[in-house]
Amino acid sequence: MEIRPASDRSLLVSFGSEISLEAHRQVRALVEHLQAAPAVLNLHPAYASVLIDFDPRRRSHRDIEELVRARMSLALEKTEQEARILEIQVSYGGSAGPDLEDVARHTGLTASRVVELHSSALYLVYFLGFSPGFPYLGGLPPALATPRLSAPRKRVPAGSIAIGGSQAGIYPVESPGGWRIIGSTSLRLFDPGADPPARLGIGDHVRFVPV
Amino acid sequence: MSVLRVIEPGFQTTVQDLGRFGYAHFGVSASGAADALAMRAGNLLVGNAENAPALELTLAGGAFEFESAAVIAVTGSDFGAGLPLWRAVELPPGSVVRFGQSLGGARCYLCIRGGLDVPKVMGSSSTHLLTGVGGRALRSGDTLPIASSAIRRWKGNTIAPPAHTGPLRVTEGPQASQFSGELYAASYEVTEASNRMGLRLRGPAIPSPSGHMVTEGVALGAIQIPPDGQPIVLFVEHQTTGGYPKPANVISADLWRVGQMRPRDRVQFERVTMEGALGLLREQEEWLYSLV
Repeated sequence: MEIRPASDRSLLVSFGSEISLEAHRQVRALVEHLQAAPAVLNLHPAYASVLIDFDPRRRSHRDIEELVRARMSLALEKTEQEARILEIQVSYGGSAGPDLEDVARHTGLTASRVVELHSSALYLVYFLGFSPGFPYLGGLPPALATPRLSAPRKRVPAGSIAIGGSQAGIYPVESPGGWRIIGSTSLRLFDPGADPPARLGIGDHVRFVPV
Repeated sequence: MSVLRVIEPGFQTTVQDLGRFGYAHFGVSASGAADALAMRAGNLLVGNAENAPALELTLAGGAFEFESAAVIAVTGSDFGAGLPLWRAVELPPGSVVRFGQSLGGARCYLCIRGGLDVPKVMGSSSTHLLTGVGGRALRSGDTLPIASSAIRRWKGNTIAPPAHTGPLRVTEGPQASQFSGELYAASYEVTEASNRMGLRLRGPAIPSPSGHMVTEGVALGAIQIPPDGQPIVLFVEHQTTGGYPKPANVISADLWRVGQMRPRDRVQFERVTMEGALGLLREQEEWLYSLV
C-alpha cells in the first residue's frame, strides 16, 4: 500500500500499479471501511487505488493517512466479502447494438459467436467511475477485445452495453463515449432518487442474458 | 411563500450549493458552485448558512423578478446589474434584477436571504449539468420558492472582493515525477471548449510520459495531460476517474479563480509547497470569516 497526496485536499492510496483481483479486494475493503469517516468527503475507487477527498480545514494528510492504515488493518481481518450476481437482459445488435458487426469483423468471429461469448462470461464490477453508475467490468473474454472508436460518439444512449479495448461496460446514463456498442438493456442502472442511486456496486458480479 | 421568477435565464444559470459529497464511488462528482468563495461570501452577507442554494450565472445575462421584498447579495464578477456588489441590498416587492455581459470573470452569484427552496437530490441542491443530477439550467418562466432559512441578521457592510491576479498556484500531482517542468515554462490560453467539467487549455504541448497508466481517481483541480499535450484542469463536474497523467493540482485557495476564468484568458502555473498551499487556504478562510 502506497499513500501520497494527490492535491492539498486529497490522498491517493495505491495497491500496486496493475489490475488484479488482490488489488481489487483491497480497494473494496478500503471503500467499505471509510464510509462516513469524519472529514472524508468523497472516495474515488479505481482498479488498484482509492482517491480520498477530505476537508483540509478539518484534517491533515497525516490524519487521513493514519485513518487509512488503521481502517485497512481492521478491514483485512474480515476478509469474507459477499458477491451479488445481477443478470442483465440485453438485446444485441441492430439499432440496439450498432457496433456488433464491427466487433465481429475485428475479432474474426460471427456476430452470433460474439453474443455467445459476451453472454457466457461472468463479469466483476471493479468500480464505478467516468459517469454516474458506469461499471468498469472485468472478465471480458479476450477474443472479444476491440479498440475504442477513433472518434467518440457525442451521444451514447442510456443502457448501452459496450466494449472498450479489453474492458466491458454499460452506459447507465446518456453521455458521450468511445466504446463499441454491441447491445442495449432497458434495466435502469442509475436513478438519482433511489438509495443507493446505482444498481451495481463495487465487487458485484454481472451476467448478460440475450433476449 | 415568496417566489423568484426567471424572466430571462441568461447564457447559463443554475442553482448551486457547495456540492454533493459522498457519491464519487457511484461515479458522481461533487458539482457545486464554480466560485465557492464568492457564493459563500454572498450567503454570509445576507445572513444565510454558507451552503444555502443560490444562483450561479455564467458569462452573461439573466433577469429575475422578486414577488415579495427580498434581501440579496450579488458577488463574484460584475455582470452589470446596476447594483452594488459584495454587499447586501434590500429590494422592494416586484423588483426585477437584470444582468448584462460580464465585465470581469466568468461567474456571478445571486444570493437571496433565506436561500432558494430547491429539493435536494442525493443530499444537495446543486445542479450537475452534464448528468442532469439535481436538475437543469434555468429557463424563462421557471419559478423558484425562496426559503426562510436565514440563520442570522444580515449586515450592511461592503466586502472588498478577493484579488485574482498572478499565476495559478499548484501543488505536485500524482505523476509529477514523470514530467520535467514544461507546465511552468509557458502561459496557456483558456479555450471555448471549457465548462464546469473542465478547462481545456491551449499552448505549447507538454510531452506525455511514455508507458501505460491504469485508470485512477482524480481530484478537483487536477491538471491532466492527454496525449495531445494540451492541459485540462478538471473542475467541479469532472469525471470521477481518469487515465491521463497529472503533473499538478490547483491549490484549494485558488479554485475560485478557476471558476472565474473565461475563454481567451491566459493562465500561468506556479508551484507551491503543500505547507504553502494549506497556509494560503487558512488565510482565505480567516478572511472569509472576518466578514461576518
